[in-house]
Amino acid sequence: MTLLLALIPILPLFGFLVLSIFGGRLPWKVVATIGTGSVGLSALLTLIIGTVFLSLPSPDGVYAVNLWEWINTGGLTANISFRLDALSLVFIFVVTFVGFLIHVYSVEFMKGDEGFSRFFAYMNLFVFSMLVLVLADNLLLLYLGWEGVGLCSYLLIGFWYKEPANGYAARKAFIITRVGDTAMIIGLFLLFINLGTLNINELMQQASLKWAMGSPLALLTAALLLGGAVGKSAQLPLQTWLPDAMAGPSPVSALIHAATMVTAGVYLIARTHVLFALAPAVQTAVAVIGALTLLLAGFSALTQHDLKRILAYSTISQIGYMFLALGVGAWSAAIFHFMVHAFFKALLFLAGGAVILLLHEEHDIFKMGGLRKKMPVIFWTFLIGSASLAALPLITAGFYSKDQILWFAWSASNGSPWLWAAGFVGAFLTSLYTFRMVFITFFGETKTEPDHQPGKLIVIPIVILAVFSLLAGFIELPGSMGSFHLFSDVLNTLLPSVILSHENVSEIVFQVLASVISLSGIYLAYVLYLKKPALAGSFNKSRISNFFYSGWGFDRVYDIVFVKPVVWLADIDKNDFIDLFSKGIAMVTIFFNKALSLMQNGKVRWAVMALAIGIVFILTIMMNL
Amino acid sequence: MILLDLILILLTGGLLAWITGKWSSILPRIISFIAIAIDLLLTLSIFLKQEGFGHTAWLINYRTNWIPSFGISLHLALDGLSLLLLLLTFFLGLLSVLISWKEIRERVGFFHFNILWILAGIAGVFLSMDLFLFYFFWELMLVPMYFLIGIWGHENRTYASYKFFLYTQASGLLMFLSILALYFIHGRNTGIFTFDYQELLGTSMSAPIAFLLMLGFLAAFLVKLPIVPLHNWLPDAHTEAPTAGSVILAGLMLKTGAYGLLRFVIPLFPEASVRFAPAGMILGVIGILYGAKLAFAQTDLKRLVAYTSVSHMGFVMLGVFAFNTIAYQGVVMQIIAHAISTGALFILVGQLQERIHTRDLNLMGGLWKQTPVMGAMGLIFAMASLGLPGLANFVAEFLILTGTFRANILMTCLASIGLVAATIYSLRIVQKVFLGKEATVWKMKDLSIREKIVCGSLVIVVFWLGLFPQPVINTAKPSVIKTLNSIEQVSINQNTNPIP
Repeated sequence: MTLLLALIPILPLFGFLVLSIFGGRLPWKVVATIGTGSVGLSALLTLIIGTVFLSLPSPDGVYAVNLWEWINTGGLTANISFRLDALSLVFIFVVTFVGFLIHVYSVEFMKGDEGFSRFFAYMNLFVFSMLVLVLADNLLLLYLGWEGVGLCSYLLIGFWYKEPANGYAARKAFIITRVGDTAMIIGLFLLFINLGTLNINELMQQASLKWAMGSPLALLTAALLLGGAVGKSAQLPLQTWLPDAMAGPSPVSALIHAATMVTAGVYLIARTHVLFALAPAVQTAVAVIGALTLLLAGFSALTQHDLKRILAYSTISQIGYMFLALGVGAWSAAIFHFMVHAFFKALLFLAGGAVILLLHEEHDIFKMGGLRKKMPVIFWTFLIGSASLAALPLITAGFYSKDQILWFAWSASNGSPWLWAAGFVGAFLTSLYTFRMVFITFFGETKTEPDHQPGKLIVIPIVILAVFSLLAGFIELPGSMGSFHLFSDVLNTLLPSVILSHENVSEIVFQVLASVISLSGIYLAYVLYLKKPALAGSFNKSRISNFFYSGWGFDRVYDIVFVKPVVWLADIDKNDFIDLFSKGIAMVTIFFNKALSLMQNGKVRWAVMALAIGIVFILTIMMNL
Repeated sequence: MILLDLILILLTGGLLAWITGKWSSILPRIISFIAIAIDLLLTLSIFLKQEGFGHTAWLINYRTNWIPSFGISLHLALDGLSLLLLLLTFFLGLLSVLISWKEIRERVGFFHFNILWILAGIAGVFLSMDLFLFYFFWELMLVPMYFLIGIWGHENRTYASYKFFLYTQASGLLMFLSILALYFIHGRNTGIFTFDYQELLGTSMSAPIAFLLMLGFLAAFLVKLPIVPLHNWLPDAHTEAPTAGSVILAGLMLKTGAYGLLRFVIPLFPEASVRFAPAGMILGVIGILYGAKLAFAQTDLKRLVAYTSVSHMGFVMLGVFAFNTIAYQGVVMQIIAHAISTGALFILVGQLQERIHTRDLNLMGGLWKQTPVMGAMGLIFAMASLGLPGLANFVAEFLILTGTFRANILMTCLASIGLVAATIYSLRIVQKVFLGKEATVWKMKDLSIREKIVCGSLVIVVFWLGLFPQPVINTAKPSVIKTLNSIEQVSINQNTNPIP
């Protein structure tokens, strides 16, 4: 069984190797089979191992496999070894299963692209890296996966490399996340030097033994790891790369920039939750960052024209919810929202991608309209995804996961009315911007005609994801509605359950509030964008709308504070001022050379005078002695 | 005896190449290839059998008199560190012959004579355990390199070769003065006048004298490494040298500086080194950041790669003065990893220049379409250069920074900014050369089989070291411990004899 565990990441790696070495020479069908097949087999293996894992739990709740000793020197050991527990099980399930569906979709989406095999090679490499990230038993191997997914993100954002803007977006993503990663690796140094290991399990044990609650070292390391997490998960203040990352093909946005990679930060915090629990101030910071990010991104999503940018800001906002949950100690609620979000957001990106594909690369929702009748399957699935994102009560999975977070934001011992209020306003924004997008895209008059209907390979994955976006919520029902806790029961073998402080408040009140806010957001969207578009039009022209549209001006500030000074510094000293020193020596030497060679002019009077001066000079010295 | 043979094979091979070059241009290539291949196989066999040599200080120790009246002996010895460096030398040497196969068409015999004699000098530097002999080999590698740059270099070769020669020669002389002073001090103390490394270890002298002598050694090694502000010969020499010259410069000659720090500076002057450590670390950090900044600013691709060396060698400097096992293992790994990855980048630049006759980044762009294999290689080595985990450079930089963190947290954090800086300049290489729009429409072929073999072997090594670094770590371990012992001795002395 443990060897099968190792096969889960190895299969996509194998796919990557075959495609990258022979891919250019293989017919496209073979490429598609290898690319999707490798991930499909991984998904199948995950199902088998997951079933066994849940039905025959091992005594310590863990399956582990050690492949080889990676680094061992001076007390530092890191192995290439994988470890499966409840948390990583959820992640590998989402990565392989949603990953497989997106690969299938990509076969049709990318058909005819000259980089077809390159695309699948990168995608397989991504799935491999992401699996390593979530299965790693030590932080160094986790970091390998962490940087690996960053590389794939870079490669796939810039997949259509001939367009310089895509390359710019790709580098922006890599460099900004690398800033966070550098904080994270310093955190690793700190952990190793103080706790003597990088093995995650041992680290957590040592940390709780050696560090007191709120000790400076615990605060510092948690803050540094948080730095890595906000970079990867596009949270404040490192969120600016994600909207631009939409330059990549839509399946990439679905897999990397919605369902999996961007939630790596959530995984990291959940994985090292012991450390964050020891650092209450940092944990509060996680919640506050989440709350601020979800609001900020929600407002920005409200003003975008580009379908994919709306979804990108929505992703930032939804990960904000996950951070909020992590920050209040609702660990399993965060993971639950991660899973549900992976389903509905992948669905939205795939359906949105299909819309864009059928409308000949049209991204602007204001140039779409009336697509409800033109592409009914896409419309209905997109509507389901949107309903889930907007947390439409009772029938969508998004309702159950988001409601849980809102409830804990108020009731958990770390929670506060302020955090709840942020989440509550965010929920309103979410349903507003979501249905703005739905109404403008699919209702009203048709502005661009689709030229064909999507094929089976596009429709089937979307439909499957739509089913999951509706049903996935029922594995975790709130206390007021049957109190069914399949999901959190599994996770609570590993993650502590939430400590409640406001037991007296009735949970049902919050569910009613959440339902009302979701429905009223939808209603307002209906009024603003279908009934009386003039109202929305006047808002669109306002300065505040522009401010939201530009992502709250973060890009401009970073440009002035970081980019411009670095470029300026590079430009003024391109030729390295230190080189002037050696050039100076050379010039002085040449000067004396010229001066001295002037004397050697062969004229007798010069020679006689030099002789006389010399004699006088020597005589003076001798007399003074 | 085998150690002497390694050097003699290269020296004889070089002479043969020169002589046969008068009649044929293919013979010198084959002779050089065979000579280096024999050396590589010999060293490889030692590497594979290293357990069989027992755990003495040296795996192999060879000593015979040379000029006994002055206490000069032909003392060659091999331990794990020198073994790794020899492997590196012959591996890159072999590749240097292969990459010059088409590039060099004039005076082929003399070219290969120079290559082999440089390699012999470098191998000698890594093996000499007699300071006079060491200095002899140190100079031996200098002259043929001067010819290599001056004769087969690019547009500005004369300037670059003079600059290279003057920098290294001047700093080498300072080291020679220190060697002589050490020789006389030791002679006066003990009555035995000798240049032998083992004998000179632990020579007692006053602290200021030791510091001064150490500076003499440092001058030579820091110019070679190089360390800002002594680095100005490097961008010119690397840029103007033929590809094989750049590979040997970046991959091997810089490493003699790093090796010198580990083998001579620290064991001979442990106390002075400890006193110098804070300054050394600051210089390392300056090198990392300033080198990266300059790399980012360049528009000549080869010059850009050259400046990345300055940045990467800053990590070596930082690690050497951290004085602990993890940092030293990182330094050894960085020496090898940088040689491979930067050597590979220089090879790619050479292949590009052969095809489009320019190194100007503004004239490139969008080359991926025509040369996907070359693009993939460029991508891999750019990733190695920015320290992507799974590749060799990550292991090196991670170990160095972890070790340094124990010694000096502030310096480590500053150096870590270098990781971001490396990302910026490495991605710029990939973008400017292979991606984006085509600034000029070039018609060019992708890599030939010979070039694929060269690049492919480098790719394999860079992954192998990144994923299975343990054999290298184990091989270097005794040498690392030996070097660190001299430092530990200092702290013991300081603890038992506190300064009143």
